[in-house]
Amino acid sequence: MVPYHEILDEEELKFVLEHYNIGKEHLPKIKVKDPVIKEIKAQVGDVIKITRKSATADEAIIYRLVIG
Amino acid sequence: MIHSVPKRIGQIKFGFISPKEFRKMSVTRVITADTYDDDGFPIDMGLMDTRLGVIDPGLRCKTCGQRAGECPGHFGHIELVAPVIHIGFAKLIRKLLRAICRSCGQLLLTPNEKTKYLEEIRAKVEIGHSIDDVVNTVFKESRKAKKCPYCGEEQIDIKFEKPTTYLEDKHKLMPADIRDLFEKIPDDDVEVMGMDPASARPEWMLLTVLPVPPVTMRPSITLESGQRSEDDITHKLVDIIRINQRFQENREAGAPQLIIEDLWELLQYHVTTFIDNAVSGVPPARHRSGRPLKTLSQRLKGKEGRFRGSLSGKRVNFSARTVISPDPNLSISEVGVPEATAKELTITMNVTQHNINDAKEYVARGPERHPGANYVIRGDGRRVKVTDKNSLELVEAIETGWKVERHLKDGDIVLFNRQPSLHRMSIMAHEVKVLPNKTFRLNPAVCPPYNADFDGDEMNLHVPQTEEARAEAKILMHVEHNILSPRFGGPIIGGIHDHISGLYLLTNRDKKIYKPEALELLKKSSIKELMEPAGYENGKPYWNGKQIFSMILPDGLHLTFQAEMCEHCEECTKGECERDAYVVIEDGILKHGSIDEKAIGAFKSKILDKIYKEYGEENARMFVDDATRLGIRAIMRMGFSFGIDDEDVTAEADVQIGEVLSEAEERVTKLIMAYSAGELEQLPGRSLDETLEMKIMQELGRARDSAGDIAGRNLGLSNSAVIMAQSGARGSMLNLTQMAGCVGQQAVRGERIQRGYVGRTLPHYETGDLGADARGFVKSSYKTGLSATEYFFHAIGGREGLVDTAVRTSQSGYLQRRMVNALQDLEVQYDGTVRDTRGMIVQFIYGEDGLDPMKGDFGTRESIRRIINLHSNDTVNHASHRAKLLALSRPNQSENQVHR
Repeated sequence: MVPYHEILDEEELKFVLEHYNIGKEHLPKIKVKDPVIKEIKAQVGDVIKITRKSATADEAIIYRLVIG
Repeated sequence: MIHSVPKRIGQIKFGFISPKEFRKMSVTRVITADTYDDDGFPIDMGLMDTRLGVIDPGLRCKTCGQRAGECPGHFGHIELVAPVIHIGFAKLIRKLLRAICRSCGQLLLTPNEKTKYLEEIRAKVEIGHSIDDVVNTVFKESRKAKKCPYCGEEQIDIKFEKPTTYLEDKHKLMPADIRDLFEKIPDDDVEVMGMDPASARPEWMLLTVLPVPPVTMRPSITLESGQRSEDDITHKLVDIIRINQRFQENREAGAPQLIIEDLWELLQYHVTTFIDNAVSGVPPARHRSGRPLKTLSQRLKGKEGRFRGSLSGKRVNFSARTVISPDPNLSISEVGVPEATAKELTITMNVTQHNINDAKEYVARGPERHPGANYVIRGDGRRVKVTDKNSLELVEAIETGWKVERHLKDGDIVLFNRQPSLHRMSIMAHEVKVLPNKTFRLNPAVCPPYNADFDGDEMNLHVPQTEEARAEAKILMHVEHNILSPRFGGPIIGGIHDHISGLYLLTNRDKKIYKPEALELLKKSSIKELMEPAGYENGKPYWNGKQIFSMILPDGLHLTFQAEMCEHCEECTKGECERDAYVVIEDGILKHGSIDEKAIGAFKSKILDKIYKEYGEENARMFVDDATRLGIRAIMRMGFSFGIDDEDVTAEADVQIGEVLSEAEERVTKLIMAYSAGELEQLPGRSLDETLEMKIMQELGRARDSAGDIAGRNLGLSNSAVIMAQSGARGSMLNLTQMAGCVGQQAVRGERIQRGYVGRTLPHYETGDLGADARGFVKSSYKTGLSATEYFFHAIGGREGLVDTAVRTSQSGYLQRRMVNALQDLEVQYDGTVRDTRGMIVQFIYGEDGLDPMKGDFGTRESIRRIINLHSNDTVNHASHRAKLLALSRPNQSENQVHR
């Protein structure tokens, strides 16, 4: 039911931010108290990669910044 | 990279203005209610004091020294004799009165509680969250206190009487008392109540000083009679000053308390209505004529208010609006503009050495003769009006660097719009065609995107004023570019009504068409040569309708589909279909099938869809133009009419329909009998009553359908109504059934009609009658006419339909407004991401797949399959087709190749 969430490592994060030419704060947000975030033990400031099913693209990848 | 706007608002802070600040921003105190003296000059310290700004030409502002129009205006102030409540804060004042001690003014919480709440508030402010929840608990908790924890005073509950009265044990609290009490509230307590004491001291909610708005925002108008008429706000200010003066005089004279209180109340009333003239419980202040005054709130609120009426939307120049009418001879990308309008709307051309001769010609023609000019702008920026007298002079003077405001002429790009603008196709770019008469003309094939008809609809036209705007309009908004709807990836433009009937008549079955006729049919199209004739008769060549239609199809077009009229038989005979409903197009030749709504109709056209996607937008436009013209010609050639006697059925059919209906009624009676005898078998999941209703509805529905079938069969396939219904041009078989057969069951909320009297719908029936006619079954047809009771039931059903549409439009309108407000600033960037104006990412790829829904095939992403088919060699021999496609992609060669 819950799409796959994973914490981005330093390198991937750098790649993503460079790819979109943005800072972390431009990403969509997710709260630390979100159950998924608790489950994968991410910290505030981490960036999460979500791989979820999409009606239009079968599979979509979304990045979110964990906030307090 | 996303560019940010030059300045970004960091934060907005709301607070109250203090009396001190009111006085500081004031340029004068206003003490007299008079405006102008006998000579018509503004009175000093009056409401029109020249220090408050000037509106009369010739005078100079005493504050800033500027003239009318330059001076922005300055605030003044009135010193109120006694404080009054600001109506906007009435509810907050009540909250505060209940939260603080009536004697010492301290918040009724223990010091510990206060520190706790204060910490919570500060923490929330820190992270930018709303403090509403905390503040609400503060007010709720403090109200519970019976005794002040600081001075020990017993607390009395405050009763609030709308709009501005506060009662403490039936004793009225005067605004002055409230103000004094509020002054005692310590700053720290104010903060606990969620306010910033520096910018929002509670006592400032009671006005002791009233700002007088600058005269520039309340200008007086001079009537034709020379009389001055003041603005509503000035009127209100006059009232306030008068009462204020009377109040002061009475108080100084030591008038009795009762009179003072009355005057105080009156002052409160005037200040209240000055701020908001629509407070519930306060009679609105009226003009002498009885019209309610438009005071401060009324200027801002609502659709015509400052926000929605002046800031979000306003009137524009270079626009026109008039009634629309059809003109099938125009291209779909054209719009007919009346000459009078074309002479009023202008385009500014910069005079260069390349166009100087054209410019001279326009100026020479002057403002009256059509492609002329209204103004020229000289090199030094001065605007000179072109008149018959000076036109020749100006022609001589024109040089490069000047600008000429020339009339709108054929080929100019304009935006054309019809409200409600619900989707992007509601505003499209058209090319101007200047025509006589006074209406905008458009090709009926572009009616569907605008949802326009010609029963009196009006449309708007806007003239883009810069080259950039015109280029953008042409590239993004041109009709050609909007043939496909991004909603479902199919054409939204296409043939309607007569176009469909005409082409259907032309292509259905084989018709012999001789040369003169064929030439006339194709006269208006771009076809220059007739194809090989189908045969010869007495040595004369003839063609069939399918061939005529084929001539407007591009070469190499391959398409097979089932027409709208297809009955979806169990076994499709394809090419041999006896109704000619299986359409086969091979290499641009219509081999089988009839052209109907599915082939060229708006929303459905398979052919147009294919041409657009494979031959490009310009060819698609040309196909629509040719097809609609051919359709109109064809229907005119063949003749087509519909009248009342087209729904006549034979006496035999009448009898048959009567039989079907009475049989159904009988079955309904039997069902009812079975029901009352308790023999009716209950359907699973339904009560006995529901079962009966369902069965009766089914029975009657079936009866109507078979009546329709009988009528339809009787009318035959050559009947014009049947032709229209089957080809999808207009109407449906249900409409026909209701006209010629039987109108059928009238329903309210999907059920038979139950309402009316107790146990019956009308006094014509017995109580408890569940029969067909007693519950709204209309046996008659529209042709035969309805009985009185039937007519009444029909009106009930009809009313429901009207109410539904009214409710739906208002609801969807509101939904649309909210969607637009939420999404208006989102933008797809060049990297495919969707971002807002701050550069925040909303979607990483537009729609998660990055696809343009317009380019997909009817809402799917299957277009890839089509493209592969198109370019693969294994089906038929596509080599020549591909060569042609390649040629088509080079614009210049396309025109010669598409049509033979």
